[in-house]
Amino acid sequence: MDKCIQQGFDAKSEQGFIYTKLDSVINWVRSNSIWPQPMGLACCAIELMAVGGSRFDIGRFGMEVMRFSPRQSDCMIVAGTVTYKMAGSIKRIYDQMAAPKWVIAMGACACSGGMFRTYSTLQGVDKIIPVDVYVGGCPTRPEALLDALMSLQKKIRGDHSTRELFVKE
Amino acid sequence: MEKEKILSEMPFLKERKTSDGIASFECRPADLPKAAKILRDKFEFQSLNDIAAVDMGECAARRFGAVYHFFSHTKKEYAGLAAFCESADEPKLPSLCPVFKGADWLEREAFDMMGIVFEGHPRLERILMWDSYPWHPLRKDFPLEGREAPLPPSFGGNEAAAKVEPAPEEGGPFHSPSCGTEFVPEKEPRSRQGECETFDNL
Repeated sequence: MDKCIQQGFDAKSEQGFIYTKLDSVINWVRSNSIWPQPMGLACCAIELMAVGGSRFDIGRFGMEVMRFSPRQSDCMIVAGTVTYKMAGSIKRIYDQMAAPKWVIAMGACACSGGMFRTYSTLQGVDKIIPVDVYVGGCPTRPEALLDALMSLQKKIRGDHSTRELFVKE
Repeated sequence: MEKEKILSEMPFLKERKTSDGIASFECRPADLPKAAKILRDKFEFQSLNDIAAVDMGECAARRFGAVYHFFSHTKKEYAGLAAFCESADEPKLPSLCPVFKGADWLEREAFDMMGIVFEGHPRLERILMWDSYPWHPLRKDFPLEGREAPLPPSFGGNEAAAKVEPAPEEGGPFHSPSCGTEFVPEKEPRSRQGECETFDNL
């Protein structure tokens, strides 16, 4: 629980009320209910499935609800090689996701094209969509992806969410 | 022996050396559908497993070709047919789609990657690259990092997608033309005995 919320909560005197900053509440809710969208494109997707399985268990961090619809998810995990032919579809799916939304580039291919410095491969998914967390590895170890998701939570907790609610893009 | 039976049935074929002893034959492009049909109907090769398109290098007498891999489910045996196109500028082979329906996507892939036109194919379009892509990227003279090409329409004119830069591999292996004056045997481990290979025995 957020430190700010903990400090504001006193079960005896406040009778169930909490005094805190709106930012803290929003960030607390957002960071602990990330619904990832598995954009599995290559072998990294297999590791992504392992992360969802019981041995590594992404559910411990409150993000086990993998949604295959961009309308229901807020974190796209790009796992695998992004080809030019697929890139347009990824951009389109990213645009269909409702804000606030985040992107994790999982593995060497999604980060930079990886070993595929070739005619068919986009040199990193950040050429078409903004990426929040980059994870290395070929493929990424499940622990590394869990670390990336926790880094993303950390990033979300530092956001100025309330201000962003009232400022137009 | 299967090999002799096939050769006596189809005298227009020529035996082809293989390292694994699989019955394999060279065939003129015009005879290809006929040979495939006889393999299917008389020798129980019910399926066409794969088509491997071949580029023998820029100065080979017959540059492009295809090797067809057949499999018999009843005899558990493989057979191969190799056919090389007559022209390197307009490589053409007859389509095997009327004989094997499964040849459809295999031939589309060979057309996409190597540029071999299969005459009589019901719908010869690109299958891996997007439709407006102008090149055939698995040809030997095509650079790995690719050539200038329009992006697929799904990009919606997004020009922020940067192009690939060539990898700094100059001097490493696989960086020599397979023949000609710039041929360096040490850089081309695929050449046999340091000689550039040509295929012109048909």
